[in-house]
Amino acid sequence: MELDSLYQAVILDHYKQPHHKGLPVGEFQVRHINPNCGDEITLSLSIEDGKVTNLIWDGVGCSISQASASIMSDLVDGKSIESAGKVLQEFTELMQSKGSKSGDEEILEDAIALAGVSKFPARVKCALLSWMAFKDAAIQNGAEL
Amino acid sequence: MTSTLDVSAIKRDFPIFDQEMRGGKRLVFLDSGATSQKPVQVMDAERIFYSTNNAAVHRGSYLLAERASEAFEGARARVAQFIGAGSDEIVFTKSATESLNLLAASFERSSGSLAIKAGDEIVVSELEHHANLIPWQELAKRTGAVLKWFEMNQDGSLDLSRIDQVITSKCKVVAITHQSNVLGSVPDIAPIIEAAHSVGAVFVLDGCQSTPHQPVDVKELNVDFLVFSGHKALGPTGIGVLWGRHDLLSEMEPFLYGGSMIETVTMTDSTWAEAPKRFEAGVPNMAQAVGLAAALDYLDGVGLERIHEWERHLTQYALDGLHGIEGVKVVGPQGIESRGGVISFTIEGLHPHDIGQVMDQYGVAVRTGHHCAWPLMRKLGLTGTTRASFYLYNDLGDVEVFLESVTAARDYFGKR
Repeated sequence: MELDSLYQAVILDHYKQPHHKGLPVGEFQVRHINPNCGDEITLSLSIEDGKVTNLIWDGVGCSISQASASIMSDLVDGKSIESAGKVLQEFTELMQSKGSKSGDEEILEDAIALAGVSKFPARVKCALLSWMAFKDAAIQNGAEL
Repeated sequence: MTSTLDVSAIKRDFPIFDQEMRGGKRLVFLDSGATSQKPVQVMDAERIFYSTNNAAVHRGSYLLAERASEAFEGARARVAQFIGAGSDEIVFTKSATESLNLLAASFERSSGSLAIKAGDEIVVSELEHHANLIPWQELAKRTGAVLKWFEMNQDGSLDLSRIDQVITSKCKVVAITHQSNVLGSVPDIAPIIEAAHSVGAVFVLDGCQSTPHQPVDVKELNVDFLVFSGHKALGPTGIGVLWGRHDLLSEMEPFLYGGSMIETVTMTDSTWAEAPKRFEAGVPNMAQAVGLAAALDYLDGVGLERIHEWERHLTQYALDGLHGIEGVKVVGPQGIESRGGVISFTIEGLHPHDIGQVMDQYGVAVRTGHHCAWPLMRKLGLTGTTRASFYLYNDLGDVEVFLESVTAARDYFGKR
């Protein structure tokens, strides 16, 4: 079923038990909203010695947006700004590929499970919501992304 | 005995059903609350206008311009007849949203009884679509008027217990929906209209969800303004209607300025044409108006009363089915009373977006999210719902596929 390419087991696992989810406490908190569906995410992080740390997020949304936030947190927390930026770019390109790219698994790890989302244009925003919040928060913390 | 419609014959008039959806499924279109599908008669009317009558209305002295003007004014008369109004009371806009913005902007600019000043009160309700909320919010902010509202009960009705406090002698405008686009609930507007009139306020009825689905007569309703959109009534996009009592329209200042809406123009000043032309600046959406007239012909051909009864039949069937699915909750009115053919529901533990995605695999088109009524969602403590809305081209088979897809959505996430 076409649906299974969208809702891979790894996505549902992250959805049911999201990582890095809690009350954002950092100095710079960003709140991003998807006005089409009302989904929202609040996220904070710190940057220490050029590395992303203390990434915490909270929010409400569909399985895709929640799983994506969880996967994104695992991928960028603890990474250097440069590597996190690389993951962000690779993921954004994958989401905007309309199904034409499969993504680099070396870089994207669990996020590769979200590749199917790019074939459902209405869901791309769901997947990107937390990534855009991360980008915004990193920039507010002085990172160049 | 419920009246029936020959839905298979009706479906044949709608080319959109002649194609396959994802997985080779047939289309089960349950999103007419957002926009309706179009019968071939409407598309033909637009095509014929463009291929035989197209010219700018009310301008040229040549044959085509005469024909175009006749077709456009004929459409105006058709709309007037549809809602029991006079032709000179029908303003064509691009959408119901524009109709409401027109009213708010015009009240701000008008003098006399319709003028909105600081301290005046504007009344809406928590049921409103953003289009019948934000124009009034902004009007209040710009003028210093006070925005007040009727609260919604959990069953989707309006709390009228404090009606005397909500509508006071300071009230100038009351703008309320005829039927909630989210819950399908039909508020009891009669006492509100009476209260508005008793303090000299005008009553604006948002008829987007009612006018395409049931007989609507503005005189019987005793309202002062009615707005509805063409595209929700089998008509083209880009055409909306504002009906207003002629004496009120005549008092009102224009919304948009330009060609067609003037009486005289000098380099420093202009005066305005009579209503409704005063509110139709520029070359109007002519083909769309003609298409809308064809849509209303189509609706009247089937019969609004029959359509309404049929939708109630489908809604009852769908409600019975939903109530029987464990984990599914109907939001708003639980039964068929005081509601139209729109049903919102939730599935325990699931996000509407995910529900809609699974239903799509069954060819079922539903709306998910906050339905442009965010305050209503907050009031219910929800981030969103899944909404099915019915129209004359739906049948019991559609409802059965719908119910099957709801169960499938629940199980898809539950089992995995």
